[in-house]
Formats: sequence, structure tokens, C-alpha cells
Amino acid sequence: MKLSEIPLNKNAKIIKVECSDDLKQRFYSFGIIKGATVCVETVSLAKNTMEINVEDTSIGIRVEEAKTIEVEMI
Amino acid sequence: MGECNLENNSLKPMKIVLAGQPNVGKSSLINAMTNAQLKVGNFSGVTVEKTEICFEHHCHAVEMIDLPGTYSVNGFSQEEKVARDYLLNEDYDVIINVIDSTHLTRNLLLTLELLNLNKKMVLALNMYDEAQKDGIIIDIKQIEAITGIPTVAVSANTKEGVDKLLDTVHEKYDLEKRLKTNITYSDTIENGIFNIKEFLDSKNYEYKDLNSREMAIKLIIEDKEFFKAIHDEPIFMELQPLVINEVNDIYSYFETKDLVEIQSQEHHSIARGIRAETVKRADKKKPKQLTKKIDDILINKFVGIPIFLFLMWGLFQLTFEIGAIPMDYIDAGIGWFGDAVGASISHEGLRSLIVDGIINGVGAVLMFLPNIIILYIGIALLETTGYMSRVAFLLDGFFHKFGLHGKSFIPLVTGFGCTVPAYMATRTLKNEKDRLITLYILGFMSCGARLPIYVLFAGAFFSASSAGNVIFAIYILGALMGLVMAKVLRVTAFKGEDEPFVMEMPKYRMPTMKLLWFIVSKEAWMYLKKAGTFILAATILIWFASNYPKVDDPSPKAQLEQSYLGIMGKSTQFLFDPIGLDWRQTVALETGLAAKEVVVATLGILYNVGEDLDETSGALLDAIKQQIPFASAVSFIVFVMIYLPCFAASMVFVKEAGGYNHLVYLFILTTVVAWVMSFLAYNITLAIT
Repeated sequence: MKLSEIPLNKNAKIIKVECSDDLKQRFYSFGIIKGATVCVETVSLAKNTMEINVEDTSIGIRVEEAKTIEVEMI
Repeated sequence: MGECNLENNSLKPMKIVLAGQPNVGKSSLINAMTNAQLKVGNFSGVTVEKTEICFEHHCHAVEMIDLPGTYSVNGFSQEEKVARDYLLNEDYDVIINVIDSTHLTRNLLLTLELLNLNKKMVLALNMYDEAQKDGIIIDIKQIEAITGIPTVAVSANTKEGVDKLLDTVHEKYDLEKRLKTNITYSDTIENGIFNIKEFLDSKNYEYKDLNSREMAIKLIIEDKEFFKAIHDEPIFMELQPLVINEVNDIYSYFETKDLVEIQSQEHHSIARGIRAETVKRADKKKPKQLTKKIDDILINKFVGIPIFLFLMWGLFQLTFEIGAIPMDYIDAGIGWFGDAVGASISHEGLRSLIVDGIINGVGAVLMFLPNIIILYIGIALLETTGYMSRVAFLLDGFFHKFGLHGKSFIPLVTGFGCTVPAYMATRTLKNEKDRLITLYILGFMSCGARLPIYVLFAGAFFSASSAGNVIFAIYILGALMGLVMAKVLRVTAFKGEDEPFVMEMPKYRMPTMKLLWFIVSKEAWMYLKKAGTFILAATILIWFASNYPKVDDPSPKAQLEQSYLGIMGKSTQFLFDPIGLDWRQTVALETGLAAKEVVVATLGILYNVGEDLDETSGALLDAIKQQIPFASAVSFIVFVMIYLPCFAASMVFVKEAGGYNHLVYLFILTTVVAWVMSFLAYNITLAIT
């Protein structure tokens, strides 16, 4: 299941991050990495961007970027 | 003091580098540490700046370098590159790694990367007061024990711990050897490190001040510099199979060959481990409640964008309405000063140079200072409160379609006022390509100085009731062309990977007045220094070109017609023939390269209705109505809309884009587009009228 598909305010565990190195590095430095717990807080009106929470930090990402993150619900 | 006076100090200055992630309060901390700013200046970084500050601590000169905030030393963004290049290649004494105490885990990721640089380092746990308020208790001694780095809890706001931080840094600086870290990796990696270390020890291999463990780590994480050094050594022959063997073990354990991923996973588990062992939550209340509540409104699906538009409108109004008040006084003051100086100079040429050239030109820069200050207070507020990230979040969807980043909005809106601060506002964009695209299209946002030209022509050819709509249409059309141009540039000149959006939504914070002053005064001073020097040179040049060679006929028209500028206009007129412009309009456009305000004045002189003109003047309006065909007027306006804004803006563009070559590209781009659009507009107008 992709991060872009999970319901709001439900915790999920990241199992895989599959994207360009640039983006991957950025994800990693925010704690978006295999094993981390993530939840989606808000999605913008046009569904272009979404706000997620990882390790107590709110992070804005594009929905297309969220599609590269594989998660499972916990 | 006031200057960084190092001559009377025999000791070499202690060079401290501040490194940390964005939003950890580095600027505030510097401000708190240095008390008064003694010297603030920017240097070397072409597009992204480092800040250097000098002061004294216990009679030892200190140079402090503030690196741009960076999430990772291995990152790809321009700022991260600046920070990495500095950390790897420059000579400095101590790193202060500034950390947000309320987000320990994520901040420690950078700390762990910095540790691999093997430099003297001190950890500053900033915002400690805020953490305490949130009920977070951090065991400082334990952090020191685990990491092996001296750690100080500080608060830039309350200044708590700031003295202790400086003392600690000073102490570490005085130490002969840096401290070794105690970081332990997972078993598989430790095993590899141990085996390689044993081998290096048995060979007594030495490299710089690294111990064998540090060298082993560098080999495992494939440190390029170290590999280069050891590659040519005989030891490498035996070392290579050993390293390959160990790394393969690690690969199979982690089920990936991606070293960055392995390192990141390791750092994450170490950071989480440190946090688990050192942080206690006094109560279980969610610390982010307030921020969450504000966010529910500010990035709300429906009211988020309207609120933002209202705030931008407010900032825009403030910048150009309130800014106009001191502007008038400054203008009057400069006029008075020019008259006073002019009266005391008897030589006519010299007086003209000083009063018309230098004082007027430099005065024009001073006049924009109130705008710049208000605008920067606004932008500083947007950034320091944490609202900027939300704005980017809201707008990214729309702007991304045009190849721009969400944050491009701020400079684009600013561009409707004045292009100079707009170019400077692009600094909020971290990605080089996003920044360049925004810089290139900013000129399409018609600035305030073009308004008089639009007013004049709209007034001459349209009724008073429709003139307003025409002007509004001109602005909208320009902005739309800018967006289209952004898309064109994105798919042609600035192709490639998009900047990932991934952006922290920091906690909302209210900045202190002192911090605002610190940021704004720095920008204002830089504006004065840079734009001031360029403008000065430019005005002297234009003054000369429009006043020489001297002619006998004393009328301004004859003087301008036969000046170098006039000669240039006439000789280049053939370029503008196809778009329906005569030599007078050509000269007006060319002087307009200096500043758009000059266009109306030039037209006034050339259409022979006197020098003291503004756009409401009836005489010029009539002259234009009678002497310029409608199609030529349309063509002229279209050209004004698109071509280079002004000389001052061009110079700021050079600085922000990072080179004169960019100005050449911009000049070609805007001029060609302006010419083609004018050509189309001219012929279409001819055809339908």
C-alpha cells in the first residue's frame, strides 16, 4: 500500500522507499526510512500536497512523492 | 571596537563554524552569542550565502561562520553543497552543531554525519527552554557519554547557557587533540570496523590525525577522499580484499547494496537509541497542540488560500503604501541636497555630473530603502514564524504545473512592486533551478516604475473609464506570459529532476524583535552596498551618454538627439522599424534600460513639450495621441512590458543568478520575446484597425 493511499490520522509503518537518490536522501534526513512510523495529517484541496507526521515532525510532501513510499497499516 | 580588529591580537583567530538543520534557531543563537553585531558581511558563496561575524571572547579574536541550514551533509541542494564544501575543504577550528532540543532524533542524524568529518565539535542543544516547557527532560551528561562530544544546553531566547557554550568551545579549541566519539554501530558493522582496524593497526598505517577506527569507518562508508589517499599506498593491495569481504557481509545483512541507505538506517537507529536513553517526557501531553490548531485554520482546504492571499495583499499594500511616505521625504531631501550642493559648484559640467548624475542616481536607490525594509520585515516574519512552509504547501500544486516551486510566489508578487527586492526575495528558494527560473521570469511581473508608461499610453488612446481595465489587463497578461515562460524554460533550458518538495512544517514561533532587526538590517545594508555601487556607476554612464558630446543648441531636445544616446537610437532604429517604432521611441526604450522612470521623461524631451513631465501631463498625452499611430503605441507598450526592467535590477539579477552570462541570456531572452510579441501585436493591430 502506498503512503498516498492511507486514511488520515492513522499510523502506518514504512516498509520501502523507492525513488531517485536525491529524493531518497531528503526523505532519510527527515526520518522517512524503512521501519519508521508515519501518519497523514492533511491533504490539500487539489490533492497535490499532503502533510505527514514522522518522529514528531510535520512534513509537507507532494502526493506524487508519497506514491514512492510503501507502507503497511499498524 | 566596531571592526574586526585582529592586528593588535597576536593569536590566530579562533574559527568557529555553526552547522545545523534549518529551523533550529542558528541565527538567534549567533545573535545571542555575539551580543552586538560587530561585523556582518557575506562572502564567496555565489548564490547561497554564508555569514561571517567577528568578535572577541576572553581576549581571543573569534570568527564565526554561519553555514546555511542543512538537513544532511550528503544532500544535493545548493545550500547543502555550500555547507558540505565548507565543512570538507575549508580550514576551521571548531564546529558548533546546533540542535533543536524538541526534535532530538532528527537533529542527531546530522550530528552523526558531522562526526564522520572528525573535527573538534561541540553540541548546542538550542531551544532548551522550549523543550522544558513541553515537558521534555534531556540528560545532557548522558548525551556527552554516548556521543563523546561536549554538550551544552542553551536557549537563544533567554540567553541561558550561551556563555557556557562559548566557554566550552574555547576550552575545546585550546585542547591539543580532538575528542574521540563513542558512537557504536550495529554488530555487523562493528565487526567489519574491528577487522579492518586490526589490520590497519598491524601495519601501523597512519593518515592525518585519524585513528585506526576512524579510518576503518571511512573505508566502510566509501569516503572518497580517504580512498584516494590510501589507493596509492602498497597497503591497499592487502586491504582491498578485506574491505570487499567486510562490506559484502554488511550488504547481505542489510539486504541492500545502497550504502547511503545502510548508513541512514544505522544513523536512525543510533539517533533513536540516544533519544530513548536521554529524553524523558514529564507528562504525556502532545507538545504540538497549538501548532496543530493554527494549522487547522491556516492550511485548511478552503480558507487557507484566501487567508494567504489576504496576508500577501496586506504586505503588498504596506510595502508600497507606507513605503511611499518616507519615500517622498527622502525624495524631497535628495532634491534639496542636490540643489544645495549644486549651488556651491560653479563648473557646469562638474555640477551636472554630481547633481544630475551621482546624487540623483544614488538617491534613486535610497528612495527604495523603506520599501525594502518593510518587505524584508514581512518576509522575515513569514520565514521565522514558520508560515512560509505552509504557503509553499498550499501553492505548490498550482505552481508546480508551471515548473515553479510553491515558494516562488513571494518574489513573483513582490515583482509587481519593484523587481529589485523581488530578485532578492528569490533567496527563499533553495533549489538552484527553481531559483533561476523564477529570476528569469520576474521581469514579466510589471513593476511599479512601468505603471507611468502604461498610464500615459492608456490615457492617450482609451477613454478614462476603460483605461483602468486596460492597465489591469496589461498586468495580468504580463503575469500569464511569465508563467508560460516558466514552463518553457523548465522544459528547455532548466530541464532535469524537479526539486523534491519534502519540506518541514516547523512549529509556529514568534520571533524576537532583536532577531527581526538582525535579519532586516543585514539585508538592508547589503542592498545599499550592492545596488548602491552599481547604480552609481550606471548613472554616471547614462548621464554622460545623454549629455555628451555637447551641442551649441541649448534645447534639451537637440542635446538629447545629438548625444551619444541619440546617435545610438538613430543608428539602431532599423531594428525597431519592423515593429513600427521610430527613432524617438527607440531612444525612449533604450534609456528605459537604465530605469523605466526615464522612459516618460525621454518621450517628453523628444516630443518637445518640456522636461518636467509626469504621466498626467496633458501636453505630452496630446502629443502622443497625435504623433504616434495606435499600432505603434500597442507595439511600444508590449515591448515595455517584457524587456529588461532596469539597470539596478539587472545588476541585482547578476548577483542573484550568479554571473554576467545569465544577464546576457536574460537580455537575449527578454528582448527577443519582446520583439516577437511587439511584432505580432503591431501587425495584428494594423490588420484589425
